[in-house]
Amino acid sequence: MTPNLHVWLIPLLPLIGAALNGLLGKRFTRQTVAAVALFFSGAAFAMASWVAVQFPSLTTPYEETLAQWIRAGSFRADFAFYLDQLSLVMLLVVTGVGFLIHIYSVGYMAEEGGFYRFFSYLNLFMFFMLTLVLANNYLLMFIGWEGVGLASYLLIGFWFTRDSAASAGKKAFIVNRVGDFGFLIALFLLIKHFGSLNFAQLFPTISPMSPETQGVGLLTSIALLLTLGACGKSAQIPLYVWLPDAMEGPTPVSALIHAATMVTAGVYMIARSHVIFDRAPGALTAVAIIGTLTALFAATIGIAQTDIKKVLAYSTISQLGYMFLGCGVAAYSAGIFHLMTHAFFKGLLFLAAGSVIHAVGGEQDMRKMGGLRTKIPWTFWTMTAATVAIAGIPPFAGFFSKDEILWQAYSSPQGSWIYWLIGVITAFITSFYMFRLWFLTFFGEYRGAVADEHSQAEHAGHGTHMGHNDPRAGTPAPHGHGVIHESPKVMLVPLVILAVLSVIGGWVGYHNIFENFLAPVFRSGVALSAEAAQAVGSTQPRTEAGSTESLLMGISIAAALAGFLLAWLLYHRRPELPKRIALALNGLYEAVLNKYYVDELYATLFVKPLINGSSRLLWQGIDQHVIDATVDNGAEGARHISDTVRHMQSGNIRSYAGWVAAGAAAIIVYMVWIGVR
Amino acid sequence: MVPLSYYLVLSAILFTCGVTGFLIKRNIISIFLSIELMLNGVNLSFVAFAAQWKALSGQVFVFFVMVVAAAEAAVGLAIIIAVFRTRETLNVDRVNLLKL
Repeated sequence: MTPNLHVWLIPLLPLIGAALNGLLGKRFTRQTVAAVALFFSGAAFAMASWVAVQFPSLTTPYEETLAQWIRAGSFRADFAFYLDQLSLVMLLVVTGVGFLIHIYSVGYMAEEGGFYRFFSYLNLFMFFMLTLVLANNYLLMFIGWEGVGLASYLLIGFWFTRDSAASAGKKAFIVNRVGDFGFLIALFLLIKHFGSLNFAQLFPTISPMSPETQGVGLLTSIALLLTLGACGKSAQIPLYVWLPDAMEGPTPVSALIHAATMVTAGVYMIARSHVIFDRAPGALTAVAIIGTLTALFAATIGIAQTDIKKVLAYSTISQLGYMFLGCGVAAYSAGIFHLMTHAFFKGLLFLAAGSVIHAVGGEQDMRKMGGLRTKIPWTFWTMTAATVAIAGIPPFAGFFSKDEILWQAYSSPQGSWIYWLIGVITAFITSFYMFRLWFLTFFGEYRGAVADEHSQAEHAGHGTHMGHNDPRAGTPAPHGHGVIHESPKVMLVPLVILAVLSVIGGWVGYHNIFENFLAPVFRSGVALSAEAAQAVGSTQPRTEAGSTESLLMGISIAAALAGFLLAWLLYHRRPELPKRIALALNGLYEAVLNKYYVDELYATLFVKPLINGSSRLLWQGIDQHVIDATVDNGAEGARHISDTVRHMQSGNIRSYAGWVAAGAAAIIVYMVWIGVR
Repeated sequence: MVPLSYYLVLSAILFTCGVTGFLIKRNIISIFLSIELMLNGVNLSFVAFAAQWKALSGQVFVFFVMVVAAAEAAVGLAIIIAVFRTRETLNVDRVNLLKL
């Protein structure tokens, strides 16, 4: 008998925080708002840690039903929670990183309007994200899934008086709808064919089924639809376009939602549905291809971006591509491992970028930074740790997880050397653009305007924005406008903690500790089917292929170092070179700078036809010419008839009498006619 | 014996004369007379049918009609006199004060 852990408290605590701040926050002082938000997110983290401590003594998966929700015939979906190794990892990542970012936000948002609103949304996001990872059925997961989308929308459009932020929020929401549509259809298929959405009932039912090796069967369709959902949430091709725009939100939001947690929900969902994906090799291949292409594609766009947050956004998409690749070769634990380390180093990168932006008074253009190394040493050193980690240089976290994915992409039965090759190329590009960012920001001469007048003037100009200071133009800095300054301690402490995690976070992957920890989750579905177990079991070849693995590892390290050297050469040693290269490769450079014109392509292919179709066909065609026309013509007709008929009502008694006589005559004629007939 | 149809045709002619007079005359007195003509046209068909079918109810109805007509004549003439006193005209087209 396992003890009752009251896991339901973990998501509920942030919800209470969100409700308190959201409903009463307007009357609270800033200190109270911050205290409420920190207390409830911190309590969730404490609770999650406590659960983690209890975890080894539990029989997994641990399930807990809070309340009945839907019971219709044999179909059941309850407010119930499901805790296994996978949820536990997600739980710790979400609450841990989330709590750190809450702390950071207290400093970052200190001067912003809508302080209580921000923290209310942030807590709301935590609630939905925790619901998503703890749900014991797909329906509750979907609630969390939609909820984080809502929180994301609210936070991207946090500075809603700025048009671009409002549009970015809408874009994120609408693009996600496309993915959610796929997710929802997958759920309907599951209900129709398996009659349940509970993980505990669904997976044992599916496990005995044999893999659909050819054609698109039921499981493959479900898996592909789930992939579509994951592509929307995790910003993969073709639905990645919302994520770069999402950088309109405050930087802590970018760190929490659009780097560390929400965007990884798609990866989590695929890992959670691994039982289905294992039996749908076609869908797995699709996932792997999508992941590989996205990784490469986004990385190349990242090279030419000049906005520090946009670089990080494309890097996030690219890293999510790696996670998809991991899942796509049935190496789910590698994907989740990268998810975790990515949460550390990418969260850190965004927070550090926020600290940089904070330091230079709201500037986000890297061309106007430079030489910040000595001025903001803490930010510099933490950012360095994160950059090295994402570049994949040992012994930092990113190296272990990325290398695990690359190795699995090469060696797994679903893998292929092509995946590996593109992965390594991407690793090289990643290393290059991250160090480009690093050199541009921290080395060389400071290229910004004289910050004092610049930021003061802009700040004054934006003072009318209902108190919403714009981090691009105004400055969120609480002290000393203009002078480049280190961020306050409340922002630095999370940076340092995340930096430590970015350094050591990968070590749990040493000797497959992490993989073995997650193994019960990913084996449970497979072990029941012996064939599938053989097809998927990927730990076997490791010992035999040790030398290959070392070689591949060497190549990926070399790629990372090459990226570093190239960045050093171009952006530190000879900073005039990039311009000449850009000129030489004019067309290509233009294409990359403009993100391969994908937004324009989508605008031409989908948005404009939709708008034109709506305005021409639906609005001017159907609405005006059919619906309005029916109503208008009906009214017009009635008016015409009345116009004619009203002459009967002359007020002249004899004309009335005439009508009576005519009517009587008509009746008589009719009667006679009937009689004759 | 005169056939029923003759009576009915005469009745219809009388009624039509009444209707026509009612419609085209402007003088209230003439209209009044036309109404009487219509009533008596109807009376004629009542008595004709009563004689044909040897049924008394037709005859009885005629008495009712005559009583009503007498009452109507009394009231109607009184109204006409009242109208003439106030309006000094018997033209119905000019007695239209209640018209909107």
